Amino acid sequence: MVLAELQDVHFTYAYADTPALKGVTLTLEQGMLHGIVGLNSSGKTTLCGLLRGIVPSFHHGELTGRTTILGRELADWNPDELATTIGCVFDNPFTQISGIRDTVFEEIAFGLENLGVAREDIITRVIQVIEQLGIEALAEKNPNELSGGQRQKVAFASIIAMDSDVIVIDEPTSQLDPEASEAVFEIIAGLKKLGKSIVLVEHKIDLVAEYADTVTVLHEGRVALTGTTREVLTDPRLRSFGVTPPQVTELAERLAASGRPLSRVPVTRAEAVELIGERMREEVGGGYRTA
Amino acid sequence: MAIELHDVGFTYPDGSRAVSGVSLRVEDGERVAIVGQNGAGKTTTVKLMNGLLKPTEGEVIVDGESTAKRTTAQVARTVGYVFQNPDDQLFAADVRAEIEYLPRYLHWDDAKRETRVARAVELTGIAPHLDINPKDLPAAIRKFVAIAAVLVSECRYVILDEPTAGLDQRGFALLGTLLDRLQGEGIAVVTITHDMRFVVDTFSRVVAMAAGNVIADGPLPAVFCDDHVLNRSRIRRLEVAQVARDLRLGDQAVSIDDVVALIP
Repeated sequence: MVLAELQDVHFTYAYADTPALKGVTLTLEQGMLHGIVGLNSSGKTTLCGLLRGIVPSFHHGELTGRTTILGRELADWNPDELATTIGCVFDNPFTQISGIRDTVFEEIAFGLENLGVAREDIITRVIQVIEQLGIEALAEKNPNELSGGQRQKVAFASIIAMDSDVIVIDEPTSQLDPEASEAVFEIIAGLKKLGKSIVLVEHKIDLVAEYADTVTVLHEGRVALTGTTREVLTDPRLRSFGVTPPQVTELAERLAASGRPLSRVPVTRAEAVELIGERMREEVGGGYRTA
Repeated sequence: MAIELHDVGFTYPDGSRAVSGVSLRVEDGERVAIVGQNGAGKTTTVKLMNGLLKPTEGEVIVDGESTAKRTTAQVARTVGYVFQNPDDQLFAADVRAEIEYLPRYLHWDDAKRETRVARAVELTGIAPHLDINPKDLPAAIRKFVAIAAVLVSECRYVILDEPTAGLDQRGFALLGTLLDRLQGEGIAVVTITHDMRFVVDTFSRVVAMAAGNVIADGPLPAVFCDDHVLNRSRIRRLEVAQVARDLRLGDQAVSIDDVVALIP
């Protein structure tokens, strides 16, 4: 089954002058990690809201076109049911934390309690998630006293605990250090291995290149580019939509510009090492060996 | 003129020790990036620089005067601080009121207020948003509003806490231009950041912190080419520099330019 299918979707928030989505047509398959990139205000967060049904059920406005989620038209979904089917991590952890729970442990349990999960199961599940994210030291702390990065991890833990089949994640690493960002991406990759479908908005393009199966570039409320990660990130038009290619892709561009093109354009570090290594061996007749 | 930290330590009232033995000097017009893991003491260090915190050991001197003898408000007039989360800082009903708050509070005359406000608005590119409630603006623009609200003051040093978080390519470019212009005016910028691409592209001096101490301070290679420093501060080389290492092209490359030059 297809995760989401959008046909010529337009959406204008109530009280807004201009539409946020201006004719989006897009198909997202299940079981994949879909990266969504683009400038701020290009429609990324609105798209996430639509997939989760909070647009238009919570954020009202004028919606036209056809949105089908897991085979059912958006209008036919009960918003509560959609909210439990599709988990969501917001970009601002300061708004996601409930603010009414005294400890991180209780905060992570909050969503499960609302679903009516049995108490013992909640405790097992929360402990499991806390270990998975390595936040044991935070478990007894008050969520309101955490740093931005710590809150982001807790917001993430709350969603993983819900165990939804589809997870929409809006910039999960904006306040995390590089090591923690990679840890979050490892978790996201792990969720994909479990068969979850993931829609991920992320500015850190090197991480998108490494982990995403497909990439969609939004620009001014429309789909500017969509396809496999490689197709999109090596597209010469990428920069014109405000997206910087991965560092290794830039490196390849620079080499090509100085008359030293690689046989293929890399998007990940491993590919870059392979392709540049290949070139170096040709150049010097096998004098170099890659690590 | 400079911010000087002399063997500074800080212990929070609950007994947790955030920094110890930190010595640093930030000159007029200088640009310094402070890097390190969450919890390394970066935020405490910059809060000590602008008087939000007073050292429990050692001394912090701003333009020749110890912060211990001045109120936070006095120090903050010289050392501006843009918070990581703009929502911790913004409170007015519209952007214009937000930027005009300090000038009105300080009873500047109209001419001075208008000049300073116009400069802050222009530097941060927020002119189209002046009549909007900051809460209704996207996070990236709120960030520039928070920067403008600090730049309106006559501060000689600006602290930016994670300025690139959530910025897209356009915001990134705007921030780069802003930093260049501040430097042109002799205003020093101290940035806390996890964004190593930003550090490599925009800074020439970097301070690495780990466990409450400064473990390296100098030009980019002092941090990015030293495995010991990288490991202790949990900092990563840029992806391209890592590619160069994987290819055994040495560990002296820091930027994309460096790597391009190394490849035959």
